[in-house]
Amino acid sequence: MALSLERLVDAVSSRIIAAADELTELDSAIGDADHGLNMKRGFEAVLADKANILAKPLPDALKAIGMTLVMKVGGASGPLYGTLFMTLGKELPPEPTAADMARALNAAVEAIKARGKADFNNKTMLDVLGPVATHLSSGSASLASIRALADESARATIPMKAIKGRASFLGERSIGHMDPGSRSSQIMIETVCDVLEGRS
Amino acid sequence: MTVGIVIVSHSPDVARGAADMVRQMVGDNVPLGFCGGNPDGGLGTSVEKILGAIDAAWSEDGVAILVDLGGAETNSEMAIEMLAPDRQAKIVICNAPVVEGAVMAATEAWGGGTLAEVKRTAEELSPQ
Repeated sequence: MALSLERLVDAVSSRIIAAADELTELDSAIGDADHGLNMKRGFEAVLADKANILAKPLPDALKAIGMTLVMKVGGASGPLYGTLFMTLGKELPPEPTAADMARALNAAVEAIKARGKADFNNKTMLDVLGPVATHLSSGSASLASIRALADESARATIPMKAIKGRASFLGERSIGHMDPGSRSSQIMIETVCDVLEGRS
Repeated sequence: MTVGIVIVSHSPDVARGAADMVRQMVGDNVPLGFCGGNPDGGLGTSVEKILGAIDAAWSEDGVAILVDLGGAETNSEMAIEMLAPDRQAKIVICNAPVVEGAVMAATEAWGGGTLAEVKRTAEELSPQ
């Protein structure tokens, strides 16, 4: 794990940064059109602080990434993704097993629910992170099944009516668009799978 | 001491304008902090700026924060959690419109209202 932390940080950051325009476009349809730009700012700050982050053991590195996102993202996604990484850092041992990952991701999902006062089916990042966390807990997850579930879950937000976030102001008009936060979560999960599989 | 007021808007202009309206009402008699904009200065909110505004408005009698939209509230909650526990206990976020709430809250604070009274006064503006 320690070996691939740098690859994970590089790959997740660069994919999110590369997806900035797409995320902003999704957000312009049903929100305030800043998700891509905000996430780009956050992950550029993560890359700028990479040497410091990688010098730490995994739990502290994840907490440092979370804190950087909290301070730099500048939208609600800062505290929400910050909570994701900080909770993973709090829950994971320095050399986590798959079971540790499942437990930590479930804890992070609960922490994000509390932070965002949100639940599943509200058309948020939780609609990707939640199913993936549950799937990890099943013990039968493969990288391919995780990747497929994340993709399917992000698409499943398209017909949802937003209950949380700026998109909820649109009511019925939020239906028919993918939630930008579910897309950014899906990109992160897909990227982690790619790195673990040696594809990225 | 007087309860302090913090204004957090996505827009630096709205934050400054609301602060001007508070000052017009209560002068310098109420500790006031305000901030708006993301870390780059565009529309959004910033935990770092919110922490600065809380410092500027700090009062041992407590601080009431007025926020505009979702991210302002989430980032304010995050900022509060980053403070020492004894400070955290003296800060509340009001469920009220940011401009009207700030003016009403500051007026109540100037009149000697407690933190709970200031919050209640601001929240009278919100539909229950």
